[in-house]
Amino acid sequence: MTETLRRTAFGALALLLAFTPLACASSSAVSPQAAAPEAARSGEMKKGEKPSQAPATGPASGVESRRAGESAYTSTYQPLPSQPVLITNATVLTAAGERIERGSVLMQGGKIAAVGQSVAAPAGAAVVDGSGKWVTPGIIDAHSHLGVYASPGVEATADGNEATDPDTAQVWAEHSVWPQDPQFPLALATGGVTTMQILPGSANLFGGRSVTVKNLPGRGVYEMKFPGAPYGLKMACGENPKRVYGGKGRAPSTRMGNVAGYRDAWIKASKYRSDWAEYERKRQAGEDADPPDRDLQLETLAGVLSGDILVQNHCYRADEMLTMIDIAKEFGYKVTAFHHAIEAYKIADVLAANGICADIWADWWGFKMEALDGIRENAALLQKAGACVVIHSDSAEGTQRLNQEAAKSMAAGNRMGMNLREEDAIRWLTINPAKSIGVDKQTGSLEPGKMADVVVWSGNPFSVYSRPDKVYIDGALAYDRNDPSRQLKTDFELGIRDSREEVQP
Amino acid sequence: MRSRMAFPFMKTATLIAGLALAGATAARSETVAITGATIHTMGPQGTIQNGTVVIENGKIRAVGASVPLPASVRRIDAHGQVVTPGLFDSYSQIGLVEVNAVDESEDAHSQDDRITAAFDVADAINPRSILIPVNRVEGLTRVVAAPNPGKSLIAGQGAIIDLGGPGDHPGDYLVRSPAAMFAVLGEAGAGLSGGARENSLLRLREAFQDTLDYIANRKAFEQGDRRPYTLSRLDLQALIPVVKGELPLVVGVNRASDIESTLRLAKEFHLKLILAGAAEGWMVARQIAEAKVPVLLNPLNNLPGSFESLGATLENPARLYKAGVTIAFMSGDAHNSRNIRQEAGNAVAYGLPWDAALAAMTAVPARIWGIAARYGTLEPGKDADVVIWDGDPLEITSFPTAVFIRGRRMPMTSRQLELRDRYKDLKAPLPPVYRKP
Repeated sequence: MTETLRRTAFGALALLLAFTPLACASSSAVSPQAAAPEAARSGEMKKGEKPSQAPATGPASGVESRRAGESAYTSTYQPLPSQPVLITNATVLTAAGERIERGSVLMQGGKIAAVGQSVAAPAGAAVVDGSGKWVTPGIIDAHSHLGVYASPGVEATADGNEATDPDTAQVWAEHSVWPQDPQFPLALATGGVTTMQILPGSANLFGGRSVTVKNLPGRGVYEMKFPGAPYGLKMACGENPKRVYGGKGRAPSTRMGNVAGYRDAWIKASKYRSDWAEYERKRQAGEDADPPDRDLQLETLAGVLSGDILVQNHCYRADEMLTMIDIAKEFGYKVTAFHHAIEAYKIADVLAANGICADIWADWWGFKMEALDGIRENAALLQKAGACVVIHSDSAEGTQRLNQEAAKSMAAGNRMGMNLREEDAIRWLTINPAKSIGVDKQTGSLEPGKMADVVVWSGNPFSVYSRPDKVYIDGALAYDRNDPSRQLKTDFELGIRDSREEVQP
Repeated sequence: MRSRMAFPFMKTATLIAGLALAGATAARSETVAITGATIHTMGPQGTIQNGTVVIENGKIRAVGASVPLPASVRRIDAHGQVVTPGLFDSYSQIGLVEVNAVDESEDAHSQDDRITAAFDVADAINPRSILIPVNRVEGLTRVVAAPNPGKSLIAGQGAIIDLGGPGDHPGDYLVRSPAAMFAVLGEAGAGLSGGARENSLLRLREAFQDTLDYIANRKAFEQGDRRPYTLSRLDLQALIPVVKGELPLVVGVNRASDIESTLRLAKEFHLKLILAGAAEGWMVARQIAEAKVPVLLNPLNNLPGSFESLGATLENPARLYKAGVTIAFMSGDAHNSRNIRQEAGNAVAYGLPWDAALAAMTAVPARIWGIAARYGTLEPGKDADVVIWDGDPLEITSFPTAVFIRGRRMPMTSRQLELRDRYKDLKAPLPPVYRKP
């Protein structure tokens, strides 16, 4: 949340809205050149399955003029080397609904190979005794700004909000991500975060494209980029766009101005899309046709209209979410997730009926007018209505404690008489955010064939006292609390602490 | 003084029903015995299993494993539950803000650079804030309502308030006012004084020197027969107890070298210093301990979020504690000051002893803030700020079942809980706007 919490001079958290407009969802849309090769290479899809990140059929994909750049901007992520690992005798939360006491998880070839009460160790497998431990899928943060709002938070590292125009659908978060942001290792070691969607900020009606990454800092963002993940399009409702641009004496300065801005852009995007479709039709029919001029901004929006880019919509108030659903109906796209969604509980039935995820905080409220009605029971009431609940962070601190945030939400639901269990709450941190960012076929639960993204916790992850002992990404040990050789240190962190002080007192 | 009159014929529920939004019309004090609980007294009696706490006339009358109960007493069976003193947040803006981004509702700082040390939050505290019930139902009973720096290094004076809401007399909620003077150094201080740390230290020195001069030459000053001071008469007056070492000076500072500079400044002027923030405190833990300076911490502050906190770590509380530094916790927040116990739990996860973590929200801040005679431990004669928990109070899944502030049982409701109840059944026949508590 770029507009959210910053440390004050007292070292305490304070909301400094004046400096940084809130960041919220991301942009989506698989551009033709990026998504197709990744999806193909990842091999995660079953034959005949149409992944949400499949190449667009509209302007985004299959367009001859773009084929020249097809290999650009694609994931070059390679999992770390791994050997088969069998975790035994642990409490396993699969996020597929199950809780297995004294269970085992086998990882092989980077994938989950088996999960159950008793799993035989194949030859050469390392066996990890999970007695007293809990095992969950890797935590997925559907709303992160790591790398685009890096630490230290100085002007030079503030790359999350292109707050120069209310529509910047043409910018891509991946072109701001700084892989040496020291917040990546913290999210891994403290939070067990293995995958995150990094979003542009929420200053604009259309903030730009998001990027989903595996939490293994590389030399460039493409070494982290999640193979086959769809792009998101960050959109923002409410106070932020109208404040940022109203403050500059230009539109939008009201919520109705916001809505006019979205609709105007979708009208242009619809035309752009049909222009390309018409060109394609003529070309395939052998008719004479000049391709329309390529427009990066409209390309992203058209990617949404063709279903390749997922709408990640920062929106706090219930009434505004309802309006946004209507705009989606007018132009024939789908809102994949409302982010922050402070008042989602007021329209939980509508969100459930429309299959829209609510990506929320456990208990943030009151820092601005549209956050006044935030309640601890938001997640529980959404769950009760059958909606898709995601606990997200929007914060480099919060991403380290998503398990604790979910625990607070679970406890709040149980205080009002619900019977929420750990096997329910773990979904808010794993499979549901995976769904919310379009990677639920590949990761987010402990099921055979999925990426072996796994956290071994020192105890119940919904206890404040539990910590990640080991984190596996694609079956490889990415973090080990007791093994310094499996602990990350970014370039930035080198030499900044005196090793003599490190051991003091 | 709050009224200690009891109205035993009025049921708590009746009073709860009458609550307005931030309704703080808590039940009147009655004699209550909490029995069968695990009691963390945080005092000389330590932890008592299956113990009893008797609350009478706003005070704790007795605590122990075997306590004779008074004749007329309302008994609360707390078997299997945990009792602690009410929790304390050493740096909050509760009472000073409703919505952070709505300027009209925020009084924690000023953009008027003519007012610095004289800025006094006591004049602005709103005991009817909707934030108060939200936080107290989660076990918070007292906070330091602290000013934030606006245009000056010296932010002004903070006050300790209780979260019992308005009492019977104006200002009943003020526990101690002023409680301290607040200032910033480090990057924030530099930013407020020309962009350099050197300037910020000079400005503070100048302010203290002017105050000392003012004390010695007050009459001449009043007659216009003294050199001009950098601060106004009111600011100088407000700083008198600071330079006399009577009123604590809380300095927000994070970098290890800034902590050292602040310790030197405090020694130079014989100040009663409290450090706040201290992200790199562990690097200079011995110096802080030797200076006997207490530190207010947010244990979750582990990001190298600025060049003054590159050494931030979740182990800061544990390392400072081990070095003998007196530590208390602060949220720096208002709406979620209630999450201070999550901070404490994380400090334990990263090495701080459990007892020290609970003490950092009870007995220790009571000592740091000079109210230990009345608050901070469960001991006979102290104010009855008492919380009954359904589990480990540092565990995020636990919740209070009852909260007493100065002996008055608080209603377990809030605006946010009323919102919950309004929307918990979306299929109710009448629309939400008709659903009222």
